[in-house]
Parts: sequence; structure tokens; C-alpha cells
Amino acid sequence: MPPPPTTVCFSFPPSLNDTMTQPTDYPSIAALGKALRDRRVSALELATDALQAVHNGPDPHLFLHVDDALTLAQARAADALLAQGKAGPLAGIPIAHKDLFVTRGWRTTAASRMLADYVSPFDATVVERLEQAGTVSLGKLSCDEFAMGSGNENSAFGALQNPHDPDRVPGGSSGGSAAAVAAGLVLGTTGTDSGGSVRQPAAYCGVSGIKPTYGTVSRYGVIAYASSLDQAGPLARSAADLVPLLDTMSGFDIQDSTSLETCNGVANAPGRITAAYDHCRGLFGSGGGQPLAGLRIGVPREFFGAGLATAVADAIEAALRVFESLGARRVDISLPLTRLAIPAYYVIAPAEASSNLARFDGVHFGYRTPQYQDLPDMIRRSRSEALGPEVRKRILVGTYVLSHGYYDAYYLQAQRVRRMVANDYRQALDQACDVIMGPVTPNVARRRGDHDHDPIADWLGDIYTLGANLAGLPALSIPCGLGGPAKHLPIGLQIIGRHFDEGRLLALADCFQQHTDWHQHTPRHVA
Amino acid sequence: MALTEQDIARLAQLASLQMDSADLAQARSDFAAILSLIETLQSVDTQGVEPMAHPLEARQAITLRLQEDRADPPHTQAELDACLRNAPAAHDGLFLVPTVIE
Repeated sequence: MPPPPTTVCFSFPPSLNDTMTQPTDYPSIAALGKALRDRRVSALELATDALQAVHNGPDPHLFLHVDDALTLAQARAADALLAQGKAGPLAGIPIAHKDLFVTRGWRTTAASRMLADYVSPFDATVVERLEQAGTVSLGKLSCDEFAMGSGNENSAFGALQNPHDPDRVPGGSSGGSAAAVAAGLVLGTTGTDSGGSVRQPAAYCGVSGIKPTYGTVSRYGVIAYASSLDQAGPLARSAADLVPLLDTMSGFDIQDSTSLETCNGVANAPGRITAAYDHCRGLFGSGGGQPLAGLRIGVPREFFGAGLATAVADAIEAALRVFESLGARRVDISLPLTRLAIPAYYVIAPAEASSNLARFDGVHFGYRTPQYQDLPDMIRRSRSEALGPEVRKRILVGTYVLSHGYYDAYYLQAQRVRRMVANDYRQALDQACDVIMGPVTPNVARRRGDHDHDPIADWLGDIYTLGANLAGLPALSIPCGLGGPAKHLPIGLQIIGRHFDEGRLLALADCFQQHTDWHQHTPRHVA
Repeated sequence: MALTEQDIARLAQLASLQMDSADLAQARSDFAAILSLIETLQSVDTQGVEPMAHPLEARQAITLRLQEDRADPPHTQAELDACLRNAPAAHDGLFLVPTVIE
């Protein structure tokens, strides 16, 4: 239990406007951080109001676990940091975690019945780093079960609404993470992206999200789906807000066997991304009216073929023209294996998932069936009763592609195609262009329930995001337009960079957001 | 290549999943669509291409670290309790499972 409120007691100067305690009343994390450091608002006030907003929120399924006492204890700790003058840019900032990150105190379910009551004995490294930076977590956000899905409809605890249109999906698998930012409940969230699970919901909900280079953010304490593809990243209202979040989350971690000690010779540690971001912004500032002069933007022609909605194509084209007006040059490139990234991913990811999810056996933790005959029967029944249909489907696919006689034809072939996909990206980024831009998704958010009877319809929608995961490249999504029947559904622009180029991607995204206001179209401003 | 329900039942056994006849029929139909997707991989000429297991191995040498073997100090009772609290069945600090050897 946290200490009673009387043990930490501050008096704050009366605010000029007493209603200014909602986090979204501040234009940025930097602005709210300054208000907190100037002690115009306290972390406790913010957390109290944010909890109330969460409890009154329009979507009862958005948060899977809220615990006021745990949140308020973090807020008091943040206020203590602020009072000591030790506060960094995130102290007191309200955030929330995707329920794939294990947390002490809050339950961690991965949106699965299998882990409905699971409470982790330790915090994920990302959770720990953000807490040490003084962030205040509002709780755990729904996602697709074990991060398998693109619409958040695979949560065992209820499908989510897109804040821009309750009849539409928020995307997935980090759907709750995108929806919570879009709804203005928190200023940042954690997500994970194995095949687009940060970028796609960010695009659908009109928020900014980044998947960093594989190996830069620790996977320790992130419930594993596809280990060679899983990578955590933040979501927020703007690229500028993503910077302190990603910078804090990043860094070498001995507990993750694929965590990188260095990135292009620079230590993988907090400060790396902020320094690169500031450096790039400095370069842009010296360009006068053409801040992006010299930048070569690769536009893959395969990202604009059949299947891309006109509204999305038009929005991307308009965004590219904004970059051109800022001095960048467009280069036509080819990523010929774009379409084949889908089968490669849907062999590799299920293969890794079938192995990772073998741990759920009803013995050490998780669900155990009440009735069984013997140990194998107990394991079979427990898994079948507690794992949802998409998870069981991917386990079966993974088991198939790894089984004797098919391993070479499917699994190794997929890994060979993976190398060819990675080589195509590398060749483009080494020789033709500095960054790659294109759509995140073929269309705007679909209606809920639309893909219920098609086992691969959602998979095909991952076409533009999978390449960055297969190649381990950093990639982000920022809002760049609106589409759909009432022109009310956000469209995302994807920017993919070279390995470890997160700072430049974020600086480019920030430059775009300095010249456009798509990222400010919050749901309540849209008719 | 289509899978039979017998094939699916065999996979379910390997994956420790229990499937009734409705599940098998559904899975068979799902697999038809899934296999038609993943079989397109066969159209790629990958002769001479090494399989890629780690996304950064084309860029830099990857050494997967193993942590040193070491004897940790015994866990505290509180730590043990935190782990066992998640166990579906536990007794005297042990995980309980159905009898395996009579």
C-alpha cells in the first residue's frame, strides 16, 4: 500500500486557471513538464484528474486494470522529485502501458484469459525506466491478445472503439495505446510493434508512434510474441513528445539477449536519441526557408499499387509535397518483395509464437482448467479454453511450418526471403535515399466486425509495415490527412530510416508537424 | 496443398491444443486460405541466400549473450510468495500438478 497522503505535503501556488489540470490542456509534454517544474501544477493534481477521466471514459474496455492507489503513489514520488529539483522532462507526465508489459502491482494479462489474474513479480525494463524518470502510470491498456491482431478485436476482455468513430476499430495490436492518447487521457503510452502494431493503430487513431531499431529498446518483461520481430516503442500526440519517451525507454539491457550495447559506435543509452534529434533539428535550422535541402526521400512504387485507397494515396502525395516544399527531393525507388513480406512474416511470426506460447501450460502460472484426467489432458484443455481463436490459429500455423518436412520449404524459405527483403531496404537506404516514405495502411480504420470471417484479411493490411520489422529498421507513423465517408478518419504517413536513425526520423516528423496541423485533429475537434 | 482434418488433429496434438470436430473443420478452412498465402513464398528464387534469423545480422556481427552461470542468493519468502501467487495450484512452496508417476 502507498503511504497515506499526509506523509508528503506540498503547497502549490494557486493556478491562474483552476481548470487547467487536464494533461491535454498543455500543448506538449515539454509544456506540461515546465508547468510541473515551475510548480504551477502538481503531479498529484494531474493524476487525480486523469484517473477521474479514465473512470468516466467513454470506452469501458480501454483500460484492463486501473488502481488509483498505485497511480497516486507514483504521482507523489514524481512530486517529490520535482520538489527536490531532480526532475527530468518526464517527471509527473501521465502515461499508460500496453498490457503486454509486465508490471508489479497492476495485473498483466496480455488481453488473454490465460493471464486474467496474473501479477508479475517484476517490472519490465521499459516500465522501470519510465517510472524512474518520474512518469505516472494510469494503468494497463487493452491490446490484441498476445499482440496478435490489427483491430484490437482479439482482446479477451472486449473490443475497443476508435475515438474518432466508435463503430470503427482503433487498430492493433497496440489499439488501446493509440486510443488512450487520441482520447486525451494520457500524454504518452507504450506499445509494441512486431509487424506494425505501433504504427498502424497510431495511423488509425491520428497519433504519432515510433518503432525503433530492433535491439535498441529492451524486450525484458515484454510478453514475447515473435522474438526476432518484437520491439517496443512509444505513442504520443506529436513527434516532439515521442522524443523524451523513446529516449528514456532506450538503452542496453543485459537481461535481453538481443539488446545492443552500441548503435553505430554510439553507446545504446538514454541521451542517444535526444542528441541525434537535436543535431538534426540544428541542421534543419541552418537551411533557411529550405530546412530539408539535400534530403532524399525514397518513395517505393510498390507502396502505391492496387489495394491502396485513393484518400490514403492523396494524403501521402500531399504530405510528400509538403516535404518537397521544405527542400527535400523525391526519389523513385523499388522494393520488389513488398508483397512477399506478408507470407514471410506470417511464417516467421507464427513459428516464433508457437514456441514462445508453449510456456502457457497451466502449471506455473495462468489459467488451469477445472476438469482434467492427467497432466497432458490438463495442459491441452487449459490452453484450448484460455487462448483465443487468433492465438490458437497462429500456434497451429507455427507448429505446421516448423514441423518435419515443412521446415525447409516454409520456415527456412521465409528466412531467406527475409534477408532479401532486408537487402532491398538496405540497398535503397545506402544508395538511393536517406529515408523512405509511404502509407502505413492501405485504408482508414475499418468497421468493427468487418473481418470476422476472413482468416487472412487483416494480415494483408500489414503490407506496408512488415518490411521494417523484417529488416529491423526504425519506422514511425504521423497523421497526414483524413479520409473515410465523412472525412473524419485519420490517415498515417510512414517514415522508415536507416538502422539507428530514430533521431532523424523524429526530427523530420517534427519538421512536418511544425508546418501542418493534422496531428492536432483530436476527436472532439472533428464533426 | 490442402490439409485434412487428420493433419490438423496431428498439429493440434503437437501444439498441445484440444480441438473438437467443429474446431477442426474451421481450422481446415482457415488453413486453406493461409496456405494459399504462404505458398507464394515458393515463387521466390532464394538459391544461395542464407536464412536470416536476426534482423540486424546483415548489418553487424551479432553475438547473443548468455548470462554467466552463478548461484544467486536464496530468494526471500516474499519473492517466493510473489511467484507462487500466480500458480494455479501450490502447496508448501511447491507447484502442484496431477500425478505423473503412480
